[in-house]
Amino acid sequence: MEPLELISSSFEALGLNKTRTALATLGIIIGIAAVITLMSLGQASQRSVESQIQALGSNLLTVIPGSFRPGDFRSASGTATTLTLEDAHAIATSNKITGVKNVSVELQRRTAITAGRKSTNTAVVGVLPSYKEVRNVALESGNFISEADNRGQAKVAVLGPTVADDLFGENVNAVGKAVRINKVSFQVIGVMASKGGSGFGGNQDDTVLVPLSTAQKQLFGVTYIGSLSVEVADAKLMDTVRDQVGYLLLARHKIANAANADFSIFSQADLLSTVSQVTGTFTALLSGIAAISLLVGGIGIMNIMLVTVVERTREIGLRKALGATRKTVISQFLIESTILTIAGGIMGMILGIVLSFVISKLINLPFVLDFASVALAIGVSGGIGILFGWYPAQKAAKLQPIEALRYE
Amino acid sequence: MITVSHLGKIYRMDGTETVALSDVSFTVKKGEFVAIMGPSGSGKSTLMHILGALDTPTSGKYILDGQEISKLNDDELARIRNQKIGFVFQAFNLLPRTTAVKNVMLPMVYAGGPPTSRLQRARQALTDVGLADRMEHLSNQLSGGQQQRVAIARALVMNPAIILADEPTGNLATAQSAEIMAIFTKLNKTGHTIIMITHESEVAKYAKRIIHLKDGRIWNR
Repeated sequence: MEPLELISSSFEALGLNKTRTALATLGIIIGIAAVITLMSLGQASQRSVESQIQALGSNLLTVIPGSFRPGDFRSASGTATTLTLEDAHAIATSNKITGVKNVSVELQRRTAITAGRKSTNTAVVGVLPSYKEVRNVALESGNFISEADNRGQAKVAVLGPTVADDLFGENVNAVGKAVRINKVSFQVIGVMASKGGSGFGGNQDDTVLVPLSTAQKQLFGVTYIGSLSVEVADAKLMDTVRDQVGYLLLARHKIANAANADFSIFSQADLLSTVSQVTGTFTALLSGIAAISLLVGGIGIMNIMLVTVVERTREIGLRKALGATRKTVISQFLIESTILTIAGGIMGMILGIVLSFVISKLINLPFVLDFASVALAIGVSGGIGILFGWYPAQKAAKLQPIEALRYE
Repeated sequence: MITVSHLGKIYRMDGTETVALSDVSFTVKKGEFVAIMGPSGSGKSTLMHILGALDTPTSGKYILDGQEISKLNDDELARIRNQKIGFVFQAFNLLPRTTAVKNVMLPMVYAGGPPTSRLQRARQALTDVGLADRMEHLSNQLSGGQQQRVAIARALVMNPAIILADEPTGNLATAQSAEIMAIFTKLNKTGHTIIMITHESEVAKYAKRIIHLKDGRIWNR
């Protein structure tokens, strides 16, 4: 029997019981749609986090107090108080370090901020003027914090767009208005342009920047800093600068053994790989769950095909009596089950693409369509057809024509 | 055309042996119309299955059209059934919800060959059994007699060495039975070899020769 005739006669056979064909396909549709949607959303969230990390600024080394390495917490980061502004100055001015473009420091606390009757709870960050360049801050209106502001512990604030909208309403220029942070009155001197995004590392739009000296002395009453960022002039120098900064800080903190360091240095690459690892695991887990639904769909196909074999016993007997060989019967049933699963796979793929598009728009993620996952879905669904069609097809081929013709 | 010598068939089930056929020998020449008669349990169905290459004998020889059939494997038997034997069953056994012409084309689909001549040959066979006006009807839209005529057309279409009919009128009313037997008689006159299994002497009398079977043996009265 010619392949084309086999395929067309399989379509005819499937058309004879449309409800059952549709139900059998549904399992595969749901399975494939689930796999594609979850893989797509997983990749989208990964890409979103990665772009946010990149938005923090390029060629950036971050030094935080306390010893923290991925997977190894010795003291919770943020509670340690071992970094000071002097450390930052030393890095910026040391002649032992080459390739540092800029050093910026941060001291961050979550605190309440009010304007008139409206209030919000947000991250207040004490920064130096260099923060603007290191973190790629763009201003929508007004000015950034100046050297003079920092020297004079000026009570001035630069608002993130979300904070400005929350306190003063949208499309209202907040520059020149007054806000109260920790019950201290500040004047708004600038509003940052939106960077978009959310999630990992905090929303940069939802922060308030104040001069570091003001934050240390007027707001929080501390002498240490929360973290410092080193902008490296050239990506090739990242590793060198990282080592040099490490040795300098070890010397300043009088620590002989690097294993006992009271600070940690991250590059964006570290952050990216950690985050990629986490989201990758997450995506794999979700895809695994989706794959189980695909397996259940495959078993559904096998079930339907087994029912079909029993129901068509007489027909199979007749076909064998008229000259169908074992191979022809196997091919016919395998082609039927493969048509079912591939049709289900294609429809599931379309459904999955639509779903991941809609969901990614709803939760504000980039829409990512990986062609590998689409190809995989089609390949897998075809494979399922052959895998789960095999047993029913064998059963059909083994039927003895005499028994089959007698079957009522 | 057919030579059967010392044919035996023993079924073994749960340790007990049932002898279905024992020492059956006969020949059928080309162009003959033979009826095999016997009561139920006489072994005529077993004999028909062996003659139809649907089953193999336990002992003895079966030569069809010069070819020894008794020792062939499944796929070779399928080929013999396709090329040499035209079946007509009691229950018609047409593909459900499929047109008459597609039913007749089925054996040619398994044989391979150019599809255009298949349609032509199927139409010719249906015309031969008087169904020229029913070609595109679905099998379940036809009467019993018409369905059996489609089955005869299907048996004819490969131009087989023998036409093997198993109780071809068993499911039909008397008038339709006569119609079917008239077709068989006509086919026999145009040179077809026909072996028919039946338990009705009314039907058997259309044949030119009758082989009686009783308790698995040929019985000469």
